[in-house]
Amino acid sequence: MKLVPTVGKVTALIFSAFLLAACSGSDTQEQDEAAARAAEEAAARAAAATAQQAEMQRLQEAAAAVGNLFYFEFDSSALTQDSINKLDAHIALLQQTERSIRLEGHADERGTRDYNMALGERRANSVRDYMVANGIANYRIETVSYGEERPLAYGSGEANWSQNRRVELK
Amino acid sequence: MNRTHAVFASLLLLVCSLAARAELVIEITQGVDNPTPIAVVPFTWSGAGTAPEDLAGVIDGDLARSGQFDPVGRADMLGRPSKPDEVFYRDWRAIGSDYLLIGRARALPEVVGHIQVEYELFDVNRQMMVYSGMVKGPASEARMIAHRVADAVYEKLTGIPGAFATRMLYVSVTRVPGGKDYFRLTLADSDGARPIVLLESREPVLAPTWSPDGKHIAYVSFETTRPAIYRQELATGKREQLTNFRGLNGAPAWSPDGNTMAMVLSKDGSPDIYLMDLATRRLTRVTTHYAIDTEPTWMPDGRSLLFTSDRGGKPQIYRYDMRSRDVQRLTFEGSYNARARVAQNGRDVVLVHQKDSDFNIAVLDLETGRMLPLTTTELDESPSIAPNGSMVLYATKHAGRGILAAVAVNGSVKFRLPAREGDVREPAWSPYMP
Repeated sequence: MKLVPTVGKVTALIFSAFLLAACSGSDTQEQDEAAARAAEEAAARAAAATAQQAEMQRLQEAAAAVGNLFYFEFDSSALTQDSINKLDAHIALLQQTERSIRLEGHADERGTRDYNMALGERRANSVRDYMVANGIANYRIETVSYGEERPLAYGSGEANWSQNRRVELK
Repeated sequence: MNRTHAVFASLLLLVCSLAARAELVIEITQGVDNPTPIAVVPFTWSGAGTAPEDLAGVIDGDLARSGQFDPVGRADMLGRPSKPDEVFYRDWRAIGSDYLLIGRARALPEVVGHIQVEYELFDVNRQMMVYSGMVKGPASEARMIAHRVADAVYEKLTGIPGAFATRMLYVSVTRVPGGKDYFRLTLADSDGARPIVLLESREPVLAPTWSPDGKHIAYVSFETTRPAIYRQELATGKREQLTNFRGLNGAPAWSPDGNTMAMVLSKDGSPDIYLMDLATRRLTRVTTHYAIDTEPTWMPDGRSLLFTSDRGGKPQIYRYDMRSRDVQRLTFEGSYNARARVAQNGRDVVLVHQKDSDFNIAVLDLETGRMLPLTTTELDESPSIAPNGSMVLYATKHAGRGILAAVAVNGSVKFRLPAREGDVREPAWSPYMP
């Protein structure tokens, strides 16, 4: 994707166009043409910035729509296709920002607490690795495992357990 | 009352009500087939005011909880002897009691606030005194004194030292749906009495464990929003943060000599077992496998560690030899065996064993390699073995709540210790207290 210049760069361009126009001196027609060109360019930049803003909004909405929870199978840290699709939406957004994120890994209540702590970390790492492989810098990602200590659903049974085997992106 | 005082008073109240809510009650669910009848006569008290504690009641509760004794109800007693010359064996034979325990407590004139308890144990059928003893201590520790009497009686009658005069740590949780739960690290007597909240946090607290001398504890707290291992001195409440590594900081386990702590860190990649020299804080890495290695525990001789690893695909128990550095797999039965704890005899290993879909507590005999399941509920975990090797405390679920329960290592006795409120988990039975 082509990067759109920042507002600072746009201002500099307009300013230099103005300077050029000012220096060219006597010929008013040339001055008018230069000014018109500068205005045109500025308008184009503004349109691009608006488009960029719209694209950012679209990415933000897409990421919000998939949610920040990625689910796993029992005793597994493999990303499901569903999780990969959700993660792609977040990665597209993260590629446009410099925001740092925290990935919190969780497990269901089955099995031992310390093993689940390790499993939660493995899940968080699995999400991190996928993000890093898709261009998100490692230093932007903090991972922490809560094991089975912070369930979303308190009850037993697969309906609850499946909600608790997750990574939360924060 | 000014504002500061008002705040202080409400904080105190909070602590008191927390303690009350964390209290456990005991429900014996299974005893031995023919428990031994024993009569524990209420002890007399000589001193100012009333007795600091119903000592006989505490002893009665201990013996009943062991599942091996069937204490006689006080209403059935035909006499209330407190001295040997007041004992009439026929009174006890008449109500079918095999043994009789009598005793006397008095305030010690020479030490303010201290008491002395003298007691005698009789064999009703043989018509003879079989044991007598004396225990002294502060009146504030009257329950502990009663537990010591129960320990002596239990040892005299079963041949196994009692473990009633011990304590336990556990974590209790008050759920806040949609918010952050309250986690409380609690210290209580082995019968659940006298709970004291040592730490309260809105972030997880877990993995409480004892130093071998019973003077320090260690645990993992997320209070900094990341896990870290803390060590705390019980007498002073003084605590220090032992670790602050990137990744996991968990599963602390003191070596039998008290100088080293085994722990799990993932700072170098995958979760591995490390040893920390507590004097120098120097770390030594024990395992280097890319799999999950966790839940270290020491063999009583300190020469090897048991730990859980999924290096074979599923979690199983392995043994690491400190000298040869060899790693040997110990469990083969079932697809999930984890979090081992070893009895002082170095032979019985209690662990979490998955059978079908249930997680149960099982005991592995290291000499025969045989595994004996001890529980039949669904989500049993965190087994902790009594210092006398007879009982296992563990966490389970009952009616949708986390509770503590206990089972004899031979499976004969079971009881539950549900909390009056909230979820209770991760019991850690203390060593023998000084």
